[in-house]
Amino acid sequence: MTHRTMQFKIYRYDPDKDAKPYLQDIAVELDSTDRKLLDAMVKLKAKDDSLSFRRSCREGVCGSDALNINGKNGLACLTDLKDLPGTVVLRPLPGLPIIRDLIVDMTQFFKQYHSIKPYLINNDPPPETERLQTPEERDELNGLYECILCACCSTACPSFWWNPDKYVGPAGLLQAYRFIADTRDQATSERLDNLEDPYRLFRCHSIMNCVDACPKNLNPMRAIGKIKDAMVRRAV
Amino acid sequence: MVNKIIVGAHYGLKDWLGQRITAAVMAAYTVILLVLLAGQEPLTFEVWYAFMADGFMRFLTFLFILSLMFHAWVGVRDIWMDYVKPTGLRLALHVLTLLALVGYTGWAVSILWRL
Repeated sequence: MTHRTMQFKIYRYDPDKDAKPYLQDIAVELDSTDRKLLDAMVKLKAKDDSLSFRRSCREGVCGSDALNINGKNGLACLTDLKDLPGTVVLRPLPGLPIIRDLIVDMTQFFKQYHSIKPYLINNDPPPETERLQTPEERDELNGLYECILCACCSTACPSFWWNPDKYVGPAGLLQAYRFIADTRDQATSERLDNLEDPYRLFRCHSIMNCVDACPKNLNPMRAIGKIKDAMVRRAV
Repeated sequence: MVNKIIVGAHYGLKDWLGQRITAAVMAAYTVILLVLLAGQEPLTFEVWYAFMADGFMRFLTFLFILSLMFHAWVGVRDIWMDYVKPTGLRLALHVLTLLALVGYTGWAVSILWRL
């Protein structure tokens, strides 16, 4: 059994105690069974129980342990320890207000998500069985429905940093396209109206930070492109 | 009204599409210009002058200038929208940008038709 020590620099800020944030140097002994960054963070928490971070499912489904790891957003539970260098810098997701240590206030992020009406709108009476789709129609939803709303993409997006109150952001727009693309949804035109706005949609300048950051390997930029395509199809 | 976020201007598609189309026009012009110039050997000032004064080249160059100005308008306006928050200042910068670009267009056209 090999043990190795890993050095961490962790962003710490407790608004009740600290005048300003600082980076805490802390090391942790890893066992050979520790595979993911979250394993190391649980050990860190055992060592210093004042450290605060969110975590829940520990398998990349709940999206609660999104962090900025060595400058790149990702999920602690999906990040392999073997891929990390000897010193790891952990910071909270950029651009959102800090509540404490690695915990951010996601209110703005979810406000944007709710603004795109993330639910099926269909005014027909519900049928006896399911609302059916062809396999091709269902395939269109692949790469869209898998989003876990961890906010890695939106908080990696400079347009979202500058205008988080006005720009929907990559996560919200990916979900917007998920319902625009859904053949069972009847509110396509209203959804496009809702997004046809210089701030809500057109702050995307296609720099692809969202694609780079997504821990589920989704492509919000492609979805944004498809929203624009749908608008062109509607207008031309 | 102080803290209320107001969005929903319902424009942006034409600007976005226009920026893509003008980019294609400028790329096509660059290729056409390079290809046609390559056939003008030796490229002396007189040859270049006659080449640019030609009606077809003037037509293409005029389209290029219009494309460049529209493309620059959307691009520079986007920078103001991204970074400048006070509405009054942003409006002033938009107006100054537009005035400068319209002025540049007139200037470029006058040079083009002077050839």
